[in-house]
Amino acid sequence: MPAFDLLQPSSVDDALKLLQQHGPDAWVMAGGLDSFDWLKDRIKRPKVVVDLSGIEQLRGVRPTSDGIEIGAMTTLTEVVNDPLIKKNYGLLAQGAELAASPQIRNQGTIGGNLTQDARCWYYRAGWPCYRAGGNICYADTPEGRNREHAILYADRCVAVNPSDSAPALIALDAKFVMRTPKGERVVDAEDYFIGPEIDITRLHILKPGDLLTSIRIPGTWAGAQFYFEKVRDRNVWDFPLLNVASAMMVSGGNIERMRIAVNGAAARPLRLKAVEDAVRGKPANAATGEMAGKLAVQGAIPLQFNAYKIPLMRNLVKRAIGGVQEATWAAS
Amino acid sequence: MSNIDKPGKSTEREYGVGHKLVGKNYATPDLYAKVTGASKYAEDFRADGMLFCKLLLSPMPHARVKHIDASKALAMSGVRAILTADDLPAPADSITDNGTVIKASKWGERGLTMEPVYQGEPILALAAVDELTAADAIEKIQIDYERLPFVVDPLETLRPGSPNPRTDGNVWVRPAPPNPPSPQVAELKWTHADFADFSQGRLPMGKAPDQWSYGDIESGFKNAALVLDETFVTPNTSHQTLETRTAMAYWQNGKLFLHTGTQSTAQTLPAIGRWLNMDVSNIVFISEYTGGGFGSKVTGGVSMIIPALLAKKANAPVMMRISREEEGFIGRARPSFLGRMKVGFSSEGRIVALDMFVICDNGPYDAQGDAGSSGRIVSLLYQPQAMRWRGLTVLTNTPPRSAQSSPGGMQGITIIEPIIAKAARQLKLDQVAIRRINCPEGKAEFGPVMNGKRAHATSAFLKEALDRGAEKFHWQERVARTPKRIGSKVRGVGVALSCYVGGTIGFDGLFLIMPDGRLRFQSGIGNLGTESVMDVHRVGAEILGVPWEKCDVVWGNTAKNFPYTCASGGSQTTHAMTRAAYAAAMDGKSKLQQIAAKTLGGKPENYEVGGERVFRKGGGAGMTLAQAAQHAIKLGGIYDGHEVPADVNKVTKTSVAALAGQGLIAVAKDNYPRDGATHSYVAAFAEVEVDVETGNYQIIDFLAYADVGSVLHPDALGGQILGRSTLGIGHAIGQKWVIDPHYGIMVSKRFHHTKPPTIMDVPVDMQWEALDIPDPETPVGARGVGEPPVGGGCASILNALSDALGDEVFQRAPVNADTILTSLEAGRPMQRPLTQHI
Repeated sequence: MPAFDLLQPSSVDDALKLLQQHGPDAWVMAGGLDSFDWLKDRIKRPKVVVDLSGIEQLRGVRPTSDGIEIGAMTTLTEVVNDPLIKKNYGLLAQGAELAASPQIRNQGTIGGNLTQDARCWYYRAGWPCYRAGGNICYADTPEGRNREHAILYADRCVAVNPSDSAPALIALDAKFVMRTPKGERVVDAEDYFIGPEIDITRLHILKPGDLLTSIRIPGTWAGAQFYFEKVRDRNVWDFPLLNVASAMMVSGGNIERMRIAVNGAAARPLRLKAVEDAVRGKPANAATGEMAGKLAVQGAIPLQFNAYKIPLMRNLVKRAIGGVQEATWAAS
Repeated sequence: MSNIDKPGKSTEREYGVGHKLVGKNYATPDLYAKVTGASKYAEDFRADGMLFCKLLLSPMPHARVKHIDASKALAMSGVRAILTADDLPAPADSITDNGTVIKASKWGERGLTMEPVYQGEPILALAAVDELTAADAIEKIQIDYERLPFVVDPLETLRPGSPNPRTDGNVWVRPAPPNPPSPQVAELKWTHADFADFSQGRLPMGKAPDQWSYGDIESGFKNAALVLDETFVTPNTSHQTLETRTAMAYWQNGKLFLHTGTQSTAQTLPAIGRWLNMDVSNIVFISEYTGGGFGSKVTGGVSMIIPALLAKKANAPVMMRISREEEGFIGRARPSFLGRMKVGFSSEGRIVALDMFVICDNGPYDAQGDAGSSGRIVSLLYQPQAMRWRGLTVLTNTPPRSAQSSPGGMQGITIIEPIIAKAARQLKLDQVAIRRINCPEGKAEFGPVMNGKRAHATSAFLKEALDRGAEKFHWQERVARTPKRIGSKVRGVGVALSCYVGGTIGFDGLFLIMPDGRLRFQSGIGNLGTESVMDVHRVGAEILGVPWEKCDVVWGNTAKNFPYTCASGGSQTTHAMTRAAYAAAMDGKSKLQQIAAKTLGGKPENYEVGGERVFRKGGGAGMTLAQAAQHAIKLGGIYDGHEVPADVNKVTKTSVAALAGQGLIAVAKDNYPRDGATHSYVAAFAEVEVDVETGNYQIIDFLAYADVGSVLHPDALGGQILGRSTLGIGHAIGQKWVIDPHYGIMVSKRFHHTKPPTIMDVPVDMQWEALDIPDPETPVGARGVGEPPVGGGCASILNALSDALGDEVFQRAPVNADTILTSLEAGRPMQRPLTQHI
């Protein structure tokens, strides 16, 4: 790992000052899981690393007048185990618990999980691709290895967003609170994430000098009917091939309202607004799920090795609405 | 919940009935250090003034280094030396035990190269005062490369006009005698017509340099009730040992001291001597603990000479830490097989004819034996009445391969087992029954006819293991259970046979009875995690009637005087070294009887050994082992090692000479007869639950029932059976590597890319049991176990998947959500089986 100056501010104000001072030379580090990959691979070479781990005000889960606020440096394990989150926002706890492995969740933060970079193996190995400022996508070629890449909204780059907590927070209508040189900025969860058509080098709207400080979850969806499912190759320590998160208010068997998001399909977690609109007032059953699943994958374009993501996304959306039959097998 | 019969866990079943130590559990002497972290692996060592080294790896899959400019690096303060291929000694020829000279191969791997033949191959190494300086300096080195043609797909290099991965050719061929016995690189291209089957997803079968056959396969196929012709592809899988090939070296007074992980402590010494062209008397090799080998470190790895030579050049100790990414390049891998089999079955399911064709993706270096052993193992395990085997070992510009647990056996079993499962469905036979009818038994024959006869196994009790396993797994009840599908979940059950070689002969045992009455075993076996380094010596303690608490094992450092010991590869150690231990114990016993007779009168046969004493039969005079050892020192000669048996290896003689005078020396060569070839066997059972909407599946239950001869150490045996089953299961459920063929570059570098299985991917209560029937051709009855479970682990999962999903879903392993979902959508296999490295 190349040498750098390690700066360890103890307040958000100090962190922002340091980021201002060092501009593009600075690298913001939360839990370090994503950062150390880049640094040890000697691909990203910041002169200065601003380590946020000493900023107490960025940690912990607090009740608010209308829900909760989670400090960006709260670890995934703390998110998973928080009683308030478990009680009202179990969707987030489910998503966070399926991220990575226990050791990584003990160190990795919610802010880091949301803000982590793309895991495309060409990009992460330092190939000079579009996302790295070049003019080619190595994954989207006739022989490119793209099993884990995008089926929707690809624009030159076909990398996907790998976060497991992001779709849960979109479904919960969370707000992301940022501190920028101009002051505090609050955006809807889905607006925090951007695709290559907006900026091909970033997965989110944070600019150098900005910090994600907290996530606010309103009470709107507290205790709703939640569904989270992640499909991955291994049962632990694996990024999603796809995941789905939904919150549904059901009355008399009919869907009053719903929010649903999928990740692993595009460069940003996708809020499926068309699905949300189409299912409103419909019965929460398999037939509605089938319809929603088909709607969700409209326009999907497979690459050489990722056609499976289309039926997978269709089925995950279907299950989010119609549920999954529990299999109880007779003892042999 | 699991419904495999319990009890049956190793702690509950009584093994070693009639024995005191053999077949019993105990805490190995290295356990405390391993559990507390006190054990020192190569990376844990430090030496005064130690430098760190970093490697410069080839960025391209095949190139010629035209010029190296290291001036900027060498000008940095803290940089001490660089090492290139020009600094390597010429590799030495090797001499076998019977004096045959094997010439060093001109195609062999040397550790550093000026013609990299795979991306990631080390070109040079640099030593500096710390790792950061070394890494910074490596980046300042400028290399002028000439790109050379490359090929990463073994089929591609067989096409007419295609590039060769080595300048001399693309396949390993074994010239017929009397030509040199070592294989040679040659060029082999098939015709366009040979490739006709490729577009149909069937493996083309052009000319194959290696082949053998027995029986009449054509008439077998003609008379068969069912003939299946299937293509199947197995994955390339890196060994992924937790300890990488980190090594540390220093020189003192002309002697080299070298630390690294190995599977075989004593046998690594001559390998270092060959690579460095040095006399082994000037090398001390230290390897007390090894973080896994699985065939990748049989005698360590050639990369260990890099810190040794750098340390000499820089005149300071050098530590070479190998990163996980570097390990992915230099750490070895199992070769993928592209296989095709035509199998003819009788209506009862007996295999009447088998035509087997395999292409082994060998990588760029040494010829791997996987293709050849796949044919022998398949012929032993399923006893086809007539068989032809054809194989090619094709070079590619991909990371070097080596043996990996059950080399060739695992791939062969993985190719044929799904065909047998399919045949059983088509013939409406039970899956256990079709395997039972083809199962080897007793001194089962295998392989080609050589000198008028076929080789045979020492023994096989696999049928019994299959029967007992089926009972314990409740096979019939699981098969009969309905429904198979609830909602989106489908269950399937699978069974597979598995076997591999399990033992060699002819090594030496050596231990001392010390003047305080303790036994000291000299163990040249590597401490690679299997515990055989300790376990085999329990045989000696039991024969002499000494409690294990009064035994010490010396291991892990070649300066400590080890006997001639087998390499721990090919599951040979338990068999080979229990025989050697038995021989040494018999020598010790005989010497005790002789000492007693000389000292107390009478004949040696009047004395017996037991209870830490040698005493006159029926009571009377005797002495303690401590007293006997003191007498041995006084007597000298053969008793305390001043004379050595003529038939032991020279390595043993050297060690005995160094130990002479310290106590009673028990030393002997394993001269016990053996007629057959030793193999061990496993019947593996699995149940899976597949979610057909996500393609995800879980292994619900797994059982391996083993025929491994006498059980030596149940806990260690269980660890091997389930651990190696899991290694096999990894090939079914996800492990692989991924290479971009356009650039010839590995894109899978991290565990979440290569996906070795985690403990969460197998059932919590995986089960094993062993027959514990002694092999009749070895005195202790124990055979090796490391490799035999691997093929069964993989194939039982694949068979359970096809039971759940049907035969038209996959033609390659691993099987994941992508394969399952796209095939279910289309109703036919959708993943082109012949596309490599995906």
